[in-house]
Amino acid sequence: MGARMVDFGGWDMPVQYSGLMDEHKTVRTAVGLFDVSHMGEIEVRGPQAFDLVNYISTNNAAKLKNGQAHYAGLLYETGCFVDDILVHKVADDSFFLCVNASNQDKDYVHIASYAPKFDVEVENAGPKYAQIAVQGPKGPATLQKLTKTELAPIKYYHFVDGEVSGTPARIARTGYTGEDGFEIYVAPSEAPRIWMELMQAGEEFGIKPAGLGARNTLRLEAKMALYGHEIDASITPLEADLSWIVKMDKGDFVGREVLQQQQAEGVKRKLVGFEMTARGIGRDGYEVHIDGKPAGWVTSGGPAPTLNKNIGMCYVPTEHARIGQPIQVIVRNLPVDAITVPTPFYKRPK
Amino acid sequence: MSSYPDHFKYTKEHEWVSAEGGVGTMGITFHAQKELGDIVYVDLPKPGTAVEAGKTIGSVESVKAVSDIYSPVSGEVVEVNDLLTASPEKLNEDPHGAAWLVKIKLSAPDEIKALMSTADYQTYIGAE
Repeated sequence: MGARMVDFGGWDMPVQYSGLMDEHKTVRTAVGLFDVSHMGEIEVRGPQAFDLVNYISTNNAAKLKNGQAHYAGLLYETGCFVDDILVHKVADDSFFLCVNASNQDKDYVHIASYAPKFDVEVENAGPKYAQIAVQGPKGPATLQKLTKTELAPIKYYHFVDGEVSGTPARIARTGYTGEDGFEIYVAPSEAPRIWMELMQAGEEFGIKPAGLGARNTLRLEAKMALYGHEIDASITPLEADLSWIVKMDKGDFVGREVLQQQQAEGVKRKLVGFEMTARGIGRDGYEVHIDGKPAGWVTSGGPAPTLNKNIGMCYVPTEHARIGQPIQVIVRNLPVDAITVPTPFYKRPK
Repeated sequence: MSSYPDHFKYTKEHEWVSAEGGVGTMGITFHAQKELGDIVYVDLPKPGTAVEAGKTIGSVESVKAVSDIYSPVSGEVVEVNDLLTASPEKLNEDPHGAAWLVKIKLSAPDEIKALMSTADYQTYIGAE
């Protein structure tokens, strides 16, 4: 395949195959295939599965129908992130959580620590699943060739348990690229075969394997958070511009008290998107100045291949968290002009 | 593309230099551009800048990373390749030719002798 591998949280991961820019554009215009088997899975089953899931996550799982998924925060009592997760409701007594690779064990321990109060079973189910993401406008057509499960009726953030190439698969219309497409969960022993078959099925559409590098630029353009960058154990969802996944009215949940207080007092800093206006690229960790004074930091930044601009996200004091605020990103000791802009940077044409 | 000219000398940081008439032309190697991936930005010193062998003189950025450029030799920058301001991607296409970075008037021409030969460099990067 000609993949360049890197160590990513203990996993040998393909960072790029044909080239980051090429892979990025292929996902935006055709279809790309991502091996994301490193993602973790945690299963919660039992009569009180819903109660536990709703207690440990910020979104309202009561709104989920069977076969529906949503994005949520997994928080400490401090209101800050343990991780960000996808909650899939399989049945009233069965939930499937997709979590970040490097956080899997920590997430499991965290969730399991609340389990004794509930009639549930929590399983660290990572080894049971491999995950392949088929992303891009031609993603559905590619996957449809390998499954009898009808894909068209599966709405965004919904999933079905069906089959892919004769093997049981959880087929979810989710993704981390800002494009249409699916994430499929299969038994690890079946994954290499399915990967090869997907590559063949997508050949007519110009499918290419895509690596972690493209995954990062794609999610940045779509303004999706990455744990360790936009969110971590010192940041709350309200600061991270993720108040839409916090449902205060759903009842008690871990971290609620702190968030309620923060909501009442107002957050001190906020995540905003920016675009470089002068020559230079703001990157992860670079300092942000406003009016010549230190004001925050870049959480993720770099060139946006689809937009032909240098973009990023950064934390700034709330009073400056408005669109059109001039900022300076410190690039190798020199302030370079940038401006805050509306997000997402990229939205796929419907 | 991936041929390494015999008259080049190489650094461990993946720069090349070719000296002629007291002036060294330098760039980054094919191997370096390949490791970096799609190059989108190149930051170079201005003509007249004094540079020292082994010290940072600029940087090259790909979509995913920033990498420092080290001068293989000491001297004074006499010419900068303007091509790279508008077309940094040329560094991926022709790193040993059209996409040279800067020309340096050598203050210690003997420094070059200490750098790697083409054969040594190819061994160093695991022969491509």
